[in-house]
Amino acid sequence: MDEQAGAAEQAGAAGQPESLQEDLYRTIALIRRFEERSIELVRSGDIVSGIHPCIGQEAVAAGIGAALRRDDVMMANHRGHGHLLAKGTDPGRLFAEMMGRATGIAHGRGGSFHPSDLSVNVYGSTGTVGHGAPMAAGVAWALARSGTDRIAISIFGDGAVNQGALLESFNLASLWQVPAVFVCENNLYATTLPVQDAVAGSITGRAEAFGIPAASHDGMDPEVVLEATAGAVARARSGGGPSFLEFKTYRYEGHHTFELTAGLHYRDPEEVAQWRSRDPLELAGSRIPADRRKQIDEEVEIVIDTASRFALDSPRLDPAEGLDYLYSSGLRLRSGVSGG
Amino acid sequence: MPYLSYLRAINRALGDEMERDPAVFLMGEDVREALTNTTIGLLKRFGPERIIETPLSEQGFTDFATGAALAGLRPIVEYQIPFLLLLVFEQIANQANKVSLMSGGQARVPVTYLLPAAGWRPAWGAQHSDQPYPMFGHFGVKTVLPATPVDAYGLLVTAIRDDDPVVVFAPIAAHKVQENVVFADLAPVPLGVGRVHREGADVTVVAVGHCVHDALAVAQDMAEEISVEVFDPRTLYPFDWDGLAASLEKTGRLVVMDDSNRFCGLAAEVLATAAEEMRLVAPPRRVTRPDSAVLGCVPELDLPLQPDRGQLAVAIKEVLKGAR
Repeated sequence: MDEQAGAAEQAGAAGQPESLQEDLYRTIALIRRFEERSIELVRSGDIVSGIHPCIGQEAVAAGIGAALRRDDVMMANHRGHGHLLAKGTDPGRLFAEMMGRATGIAHGRGGSFHPSDLSVNVYGSTGTVGHGAPMAAGVAWALARSGTDRIAISIFGDGAVNQGALLESFNLASLWQVPAVFVCENNLYATTLPVQDAVAGSITGRAEAFGIPAASHDGMDPEVVLEATAGAVARARSGGGPSFLEFKTYRYEGHHTFELTAGLHYRDPEEVAQWRSRDPLELAGSRIPADRRKQIDEEVEIVIDTASRFALDSPRLDPAEGLDYLYSSGLRLRSGVSGG
Repeated sequence: MPYLSYLRAINRALGDEMERDPAVFLMGEDVREALTNTTIGLLKRFGPERIIETPLSEQGFTDFATGAALAGLRPIVEYQIPFLLLLVFEQIANQANKVSLMSGGQARVPVTYLLPAAGWRPAWGAQHSDQPYPMFGHFGVKTVLPATPVDAYGLLVTAIRDDDPVVVFAPIAAHKVQENVVFADLAPVPLGVGRVHREGADVTVVAVGHCVHDALAVAQDMAEEISVEVFDPRTLYPFDWDGLAASLEKTGRLVVMDDSNRFCGLAAEVLATAAEEMRLVAPPRRVTRPDSAVLGCVPELDLPLQPDRGQLAVAIKEVLKGAR
């Protein structure tokens, strides 16, 4: 596969090359339909964990995915399905991962919350909020040492910007001028906590305090995201050091699918409606010809149907394999039962 | 034959591995000045690209090392003080050590966490005196606690070459140990393989770290009346259960001398496993720290709280009296 491979290729878009707008729309549509199907699979009990849906935030993933090369490294997070799909992960293997099937990217051991896909250089998704940032800084430092022009990107939410380890990583990244891009998807809530009740000062000010160039952008427009990210990536690639980008975005669904039944009241329905009126799917869709949009929608539907079918038809894991993969060295452990 | 001191052995292992493998580098606080004596000469030899001086950002640089390992390097991270491992417990136990699992075997994190000064130092206070090694075994992080310079060399080399995270504890009380060695004979020591320092027939003393030397001294003192076998697991996790079983098959009596806290400590696990699975003809004994922390400020208060030779001798006599 070439280095620009991504969601467009996943969708099997043979024939004439897609325009940038079509490519961005396809990625957004793919993520949207993937998440909608995932919620159905949560409801049907096939995805036991529930998920942290990224519906509403797809433009950030799509723009970032289009700005990266396949060999660039990404650290995603617990709301990471969109990030992986935009990086080129196979949707069927991601569904299978979330369902705990043997064909999952990580044989079900990462699940929905901690997916990684080394084949597209997604090195992980940490559940401890913000800790992907110092890891991405370390990856970037190592990449630069090896003499390549690959870069590392870390994507986290507004909840992460108050984590000590993340702020420490800004210092290290700036001190050592590592080729990293730090991206904050500010969706205004850390679970139920509004950003104005959590963040003193500003989000970009945190990076600026460490001498990292920082900017805030509209995260609902994939072209804005792409342009901003491409600039930061180019800067990192050319030895210009780290950058920080805040993308203002919104999740239409709850923090986690448990909110489908939890009845929480931390958001005003009017606020949700207001953000829905700037839906990235509609925005990106409005920029391409209607017939192309219809065609892409149909193709995405086939991809999602095929992918979910693949996952549902995949073998379940053998309970005897519960201690597999714990150690790279293959160390085997004692069981929890005496004499076992 | 030349003498090799404990910290020189660590220094030598670091230098040899950095020489052998360009992916190996070391990061930590005050490492340029070799404050802990482990990195003496290494900055000059390998340069600031491989001896990385860090700000006081333990959580950040521990995760950073995980990232560097994911990208193919073999970091060694040094921490000056035991309690810093509590600060980065999340980064080691919940991040680095779970990468292999969470990636389904796609990724590996070959990081070595080096603690050159584990344990009590006279009057340095409550926050400089801990032995947090059982915590790591509890969470399945590979952990070694070498007792001798030769084992310190060999276990550190193996830790650096291992594809999983490994924590290396070097107890302060073992720093004074020196050995006559032939440098060419220094070799890697495999993880999970214990060492019988002294053969005996009446009782097995499992001792770890500097306690090994206390156990050997007590065994020598009691040699005319009791035949004591001294077994050093060397690796705390994974533990050499086969080695322990072989020793107990012979002696049937067990005392564990362990400088960690009593509650859920290493000695507790050794006793539990021996009681369940191995040959014991008398109730086993533990000589450990108390349930909780050593106070740290006043040696007169602290010394009786740490396992010592007198306590071990009493425990050995008691376990020989006991019968099932």
